[in-house]
Amino acid sequence: MQFFPRLMAASAAMILGAAWLAADAGAQQPLPWQMGFQKAFSPVMEQIDTLHTGVLWLVTIITLFVGVLLLIVMLKFNHKANPNPSTTSHHTGLEIAWTVIPILILVGMAIPSFRLIYYQDRAHEADMTVKVTGHQWYWEYTYPDSDNLNFRSDIIPDDEARKTGKIRLLDVDNPLVVPVGKNIRILTASTDVIHSFYVPSLGVQRYAIPGRTIETWVQVMAPGIYYGQCNQICGKDHARMPIAVRAIPAEEFATWVAEAKKKFATTTPETAVQVAAVMERQR
Amino acid sequence: MASTTHDHGHDDHHHDHKPAFFTRWFCSTNHKDIGTLYLIFGIIGGLIGGVLSLIMRTQLAHPGGSLVTDGQTWNTIITIHGLLMIFFSVMPALIGGFGNWFVPLMIGAPDMAFPRLNNISFWLLPPALVLVMIALFRGEAGGGWTLYVPLTNATYQPGWGGDALLFSLHLAGISSLLGAINFITTIFNMRAPGMTLHKMPLFVWGILVTAFLLLLAVPVLAAAITMLITDRNFGTAFFEVAGGGDPVLFQHLFWFFGHPEVYIMVLPGFGIISHIISTFSRKPVFGYLGMAYAMVAIGVVGFVVWAHHMYVSGMEVDTRAYFMAATLVIAVPTGVKVFSWIATMWGGSIRLELPMVWAIGFIFVFTLGGVTGVVLANAGLDQALHNTYYVVAHFHYVLSLGAVFSMFAGFYYWIGKMSGRQYPKFLGHLQFWLLFIGVNLTFFPMHFSGLAGMPRRYPDYPDAFAGWNMISSLGSYISGLSVLVFLMVIVRVFTSREPLANNYWGDGATTLEWTVASPPPFHTFEELPRVT
Repeated sequence: MQFFPRLMAASAAMILGAAWLAADAGAQQPLPWQMGFQKAFSPVMEQIDTLHTGVLWLVTIITLFVGVLLLIVMLKFNHKANPNPSTTSHHTGLEIAWTVIPILILVGMAIPSFRLIYYQDRAHEADMTVKVTGHQWYWEYTYPDSDNLNFRSDIIPDDEARKTGKIRLLDVDNPLVVPVGKNIRILTASTDVIHSFYVPSLGVQRYAIPGRTIETWVQVMAPGIYYGQCNQICGKDHARMPIAVRAIPAEEFATWVAEAKKKFATTTPETAVQVAAVMERQR
Repeated sequence: MASTTHDHGHDDHHHDHKPAFFTRWFCSTNHKDIGTLYLIFGIIGGLIGGVLSLIMRTQLAHPGGSLVTDGQTWNTIITIHGLLMIFFSVMPALIGGFGNWFVPLMIGAPDMAFPRLNNISFWLLPPALVLVMIALFRGEAGGGWTLYVPLTNATYQPGWGGDALLFSLHLAGISSLLGAINFITTIFNMRAPGMTLHKMPLFVWGILVTAFLLLLAVPVLAAAITMLITDRNFGTAFFEVAGGGDPVLFQHLFWFFGHPEVYIMVLPGFGIISHIISTFSRKPVFGYLGMAYAMVAIGVVGFVVWAHHMYVSGMEVDTRAYFMAATLVIAVPTGVKVFSWIATMWGGSIRLELPMVWAIGFIFVFTLGGVTGVVLANAGLDQALHNTYYVVAHFHYVLSLGAVFSMFAGFYYWIGKMSGRQYPKFLGHLQFWLLFIGVNLTFFPMHFSGLAGMPRRYPDYPDAFAGWNMISSLGSYISGLSVLVFLMVIVRVFTSREPLANNYWGDGATTLEWTVASPPPFHTFEELPRVT
């Protein structure tokens, strides 16, 4: 087994990764031994984070409560401590209580949850639209508001990532670029199997399903790179189609679009035309 | 609870003629023998599925794992692991195994209503297992156990291995359906005189509700996979976009089956746990009717929550709101069960015999898995957690820990009754602690990986996830060790010579199976017991 040498290599990579991260505070990716959500960088993810913290406290207390009750009965009602069992098998008040109290707790939890799902559903005043198309095994991004600017985003192979100091399995050649502070409508679709467009730190996730266009939205709160991965099994390279979202200041976005149009001039406009048609129909 | 007016066990010794080996085990119509076959089958299925989990955890022990280099092979392994554990381990052992053994004994019936149907129910499973193994070895089943189209259609999952898998599910489904019909008929028609539905042991209630869930859910799965088979082979387009079909329709059909399926796997376990808690607390079950109807409520509500698996499939927000509300409702009857178990122990005279240790372990891990279910039920939170390792942690807590703990609890509770020989105490306790530590070490860190955003069904992951994955893998090896100890337990049980009384657990055990000999004679209750 080469387990331990590999483990050492992995640990070294983690330390190096952490050092690299410290140099670029704007990159949002999982950290070694992370135990909670990635830091939130969109209003939706902030609300998810807040609600999750509340619910986590609630369920932790409930679990500990059950755990403590179990300990009490094991100690207090052990056959040595309590040789003669009681014969009680009903207590209407108690039974009503443990039905009604959980209902009240759930209703209390449901109210902010409902508010959250309606908030995160879609951008009612979208500033721009990005179309995300899943392919086996890369993502394709289209900007219908920018003359259907279109390009594909591929994973950086492991060897190259190692050489260039990129993050293995997360960095891509062409990230999705969006302006900070704008409400961005995201439309997901697929040309082959189902994929899932998932960016944890932005709280974005929708399936990309062939034959459908699914809508969600994001507003990125700060410049930086936000990493995500395909999150629905899509074939042999499911783990090798990461997502990188690069948020830039809104005033730089037009410059980027102009440069990108030159850089991706050769990209086939075929899908872009389809998006335009879809948009037309939706109006 | 039920008790008998007099003891029948000894009556049957005079005419206890067992058929010869082949007739007895291959043409069996005896509920106990068929139950034994199911249990053996469930253990075999679980062992194969367990080997697959060890392969998976070894691959994931560190980033860049090199055990499984081909993505398609990997996807096939995870698919078959899931299907084996569900259809070929948990269901056969809990429903076919303990259900066949103890439903007739607990209701005082001489056998199942349709003994020959019972035989075919079992014998459909071995060919189903063969087909699923073909799919595994051909590596043509890389769509995940949820079989989402288009990844499972002929374009993206070519080869007859994929069809073998679907036919395997058909066979397993027919087996479950026939079993369900048999259980429902037996329970409704063959209860001993005096045993009303409201006096029926809770394990029988669990099996009854499970049987109804199977009866209503399995045909929907059968329809979905039949449409998939014709899409794959005969040019139909039920789920093909190009032909006007809809991949999301498959998800709805699958989860209309798939969600009740998770209750199918755990409801019999609920029943087993209730009996064990009551036996070793020497107290009747607290709130018996509440316990029975909580299971009925879970079964009914379990049918109207399926799309909580599809929060990010692009459903309308109002639909998501409904499925969230309905899903949260399930927490209420589940809470009733947990609190009633604790109330049963409260005031009892508890002996921490091995089955009781498993049962208490069950309550704890099931509660833990249940509350993460409440988190995931929130459509808003699910947007950040869907398909991550958080989900993997959740369903393994309720199934790999919950349902499996209830299986081991039942095994240790009843093995003396079934075999007439008692388990070795030390090895049994050793197995419990190894498994308890092993599975918690495996699955608890998965909550962290999931929250941090690690997607499931990945053969390789970004280096940052290395730490918790290594812990998970270590945990899985400890669980693997506990399985070896379990095999030793089985060997020791069958080499033991210690005779056992009819009711070796004492006066806490009040159901009818404790009135017959250990092991029970080949035919029991030829004269019906009278329940007061």
